[in-house]
Amino acid sequence: MPASRLAEHFEDLEKQTHAARLGMWIFLGSETLLFGALFGLYGAYRAMYPEAFAAAAAHNSIWIGSINTVVLITSSLTVALAVVAVRANLGRRAGVLLLVSLLFGVTFLVLKGMEYADHIHHGILPGSAYHFHELPSAGANRFFSLYYLLTGLHALHVIAGMIFLGAVSVGCFRGRYDNRYHTPVELGGLYWHLIDIIWIFLWPLLYLTRP
Amino acid sequence: MSDAQAQDEHAPEAGHEADYLRADGGLRGWLLTIDHKRIGIMFYGLVLLFLLLGGLFAMILRAELITPEPTLIQADTYNRMFTLHGVIMVWLFMIPSIPNVFGNFLLPLMLGAKDLAFPRLNLASLYVFALGALVTLGGAVAGGADTGWTFYAPYSTTTPTAVVPIVTGIFILGVSSIMTGLNFIVTTHTMRAEGMTWTRVPLFVWAIYATSVIILFATPVLGMSITLVGIDHIYHFGIFDPALGGDPVLFQHIFWFYSHPAVYIMILPAMGVISEVVSTFCQKPPASYMAIFISSLGIAFVGFFTWGHHMFVAGMSTFDAGVFGALSMFVAIFSAIKVFTWVATMYRGSIRFSTPMLYFLFFLFLFVFGGMTGVAVATQSLDVHWHDTYFVVAHFHFIMVGATLTGFLAAAHYWFPKMFGRMYSERMGLLTSAAVFAGFFLTFFPQFLLGNAGMPRRYYAYPERFQWLNALSSGGSFLLGGALLLTLVNLLVALRWGRKATPNPWDSRGFEWETATMPIKHNFAVPPRIQRGPYDYHLTEEEAHARVSPG
Repeated sequence: MPASRLAEHFEDLEKQTHAARLGMWIFLGSETLLFGALFGLYGAYRAMYPEAFAAAAAHNSIWIGSINTVVLITSSLTVALAVVAVRANLGRRAGVLLLVSLLFGVTFLVLKGMEYADHIHHGILPGSAYHFHELPSAGANRFFSLYYLLTGLHALHVIAGMIFLGAVSVGCFRGRYDNRYHTPVELGGLYWHLIDIIWIFLWPLLYLTRP
Repeated sequence: MSDAQAQDEHAPEAGHEADYLRADGGLRGWLLTIDHKRIGIMFYGLVLLFLLLGGLFAMILRAELITPEPTLIQADTYNRMFTLHGVIMVWLFMIPSIPNVFGNFLLPLMLGAKDLAFPRLNLASLYVFALGALVTLGGAVAGGADTGWTFYAPYSTTTPTAVVPIVTGIFILGVSSIMTGLNFIVTTHTMRAEGMTWTRVPLFVWAIYATSVIILFATPVLGMSITLVGIDHIYHFGIFDPALGGDPVLFQHIFWFYSHPAVYIMILPAMGVISEVVSTFCQKPPASYMAIFISSLGIAFVGFFTWGHHMFVAGMSTFDAGVFGALSMFVAIFSAIKVFTWVATMYRGSIRFSTPMLYFLFFLFLFVFGGMTGVAVATQSLDVHWHDTYFVVAHFHFIMVGATLTGFLAAAHYWFPKMFGRMYSERMGLLTSAAVFAGFFLTFFPQFLLGNAGMPRRYYAYPERFQWLNALSSGGSFLLGGALLLTLVNLLVALRWGRKATPNPWDSRGFEWETATMPIKHNFAVPPRIQRGPYDYHLTEEEAHARVSPG
């Protein structure tokens, strides 16, 4: 079994694990820049329309945003516990913990969907489809267009992360990982934490910075 | 110094394994290969194809511009064609050319590794690249776009032409780029052979490493900027639309945040090639190893803070423009460090006049000329005069096309024996390289004069007084096209009928030449142990060979 985990071109497992971990970190850095472009736009438009942005952020439900923050942070905890479990050779427990994290992910997406439905109901749509009468300004329009882009891209990452964690949890139940080899669990965890961290920046930008 | 094991001289050739081209036969052995060398060769084929296609478009454009009046193609076709010329040359040829072909092939050989860190990711990057190219060219078949390769909003979000498939294709190509860059960085960190300390890493690897850093941190931003153009085009989010409160200049900011560093994605690998070539053909270590590798990383770093110099006339304050101009000039400082180091390397070296060395000289000329005009356009007051004229077109063709192309061709000749086990005709090589340079110079030098006299870029028709310079430029482009074709023919002929290459035909000390020619499938029968630097020309060939011993 361990032999098949070691690819032909690596001398030992330690080197291989190091490479995989480094690769993931670099990928995460690259992902940050993908969001960075949108954060940059947010900053520029906020500087252009400070009042409209504050008023529009006040319209977002602080409750849904905050509950979602708690949900995501808790899911990161369960993912971290899964990594601890697999290091202690407790594959099944790790699998269960990952499934719990998936459940948190679903909760997050459901709440997000409810929020989207509410916005659409009020006529808060991006760009030229925007017809929200309470906040008709161009600045509010910019805020909500960016809101959809930022949360939409983030939601796509949540879905990708869930697929990743789902596949890893299957591996956990099948006993593929142990204290010597558990790189996929660790990498899945790293990816999930990045999603969490990005949300921690979105939460204040889209919900908390209100008058 | 050398222990008993180090005496085992012929170890790299031991075992008589079949070389990488003959190891696994059949189409399957190629299409599903995870051998970095084969993947490099497949990229080679693809980028050459795109060079031909992009070059063909350029020649049609130049043919149209021989006369001031419309002759060959409609104005609309002309717009689409210069867009495609730019898109193909930038994303399908120059960005992947040296890293994906020579980087792929050589990085593991130079580092003493059996493969890249993630061989399957490497194969995936080839297919993602092919998919991106298909989608982009699909957009071209669907009518193409008339925005220029820069996709400036708000025109790009409202034009009825096929912007969406083209930006989608570029996004996919970006994903492939990121996969490759990630692989190279991780490989350099984790796959170095025993004894290869950081200061024994060949300069070509350092150049590719610096390039990969830029790819990883600039490409996602480009991906986002063109995704926003695509979203705007389909759903009218109006992200850059002033009617909805947007600001089109913001597009330029995030677009150039990538696209300026992208210039260094193209040129740094060429600089890496040049560093290897100049050492080998002067039989001397580079005048300063540290100066070259630190300036590579310096360019990669400073390149992220210069993008504003594309927007001096787009409503930027004089102060900001001054800051961006000054930061841009830092790049010139690092580049000058490189140029002086290369020139100093030649001093008292035993210089061999050969095709790659000739390309080095042409590189030097184009790079210095293009670079100096770059410092000039980074100056606000001068830029106001030259902005959006042919002067800028000539400047960026000199520096990013001229330098990248000469670097690519130097690499194609220098490593030809390593890759294919045969020698090309040196006489034809010298002749074609001189013709490439002549064609290139004749094409783009008149454009400096045209721009200075006030001819705007991207125009379809022009006043009659510009005709003789335009005609010269067009003539040059046909010469360049012919010379490139002849270069290709020379190499193809060598592939079949060339004399068999010896293991180290240039008498280089580079580690890649210590492997068998051509390399076996896994590069090394036994992983090597490195006990010398890559430019130890004070050692005899036997001594140098003995210090790259099987660990």
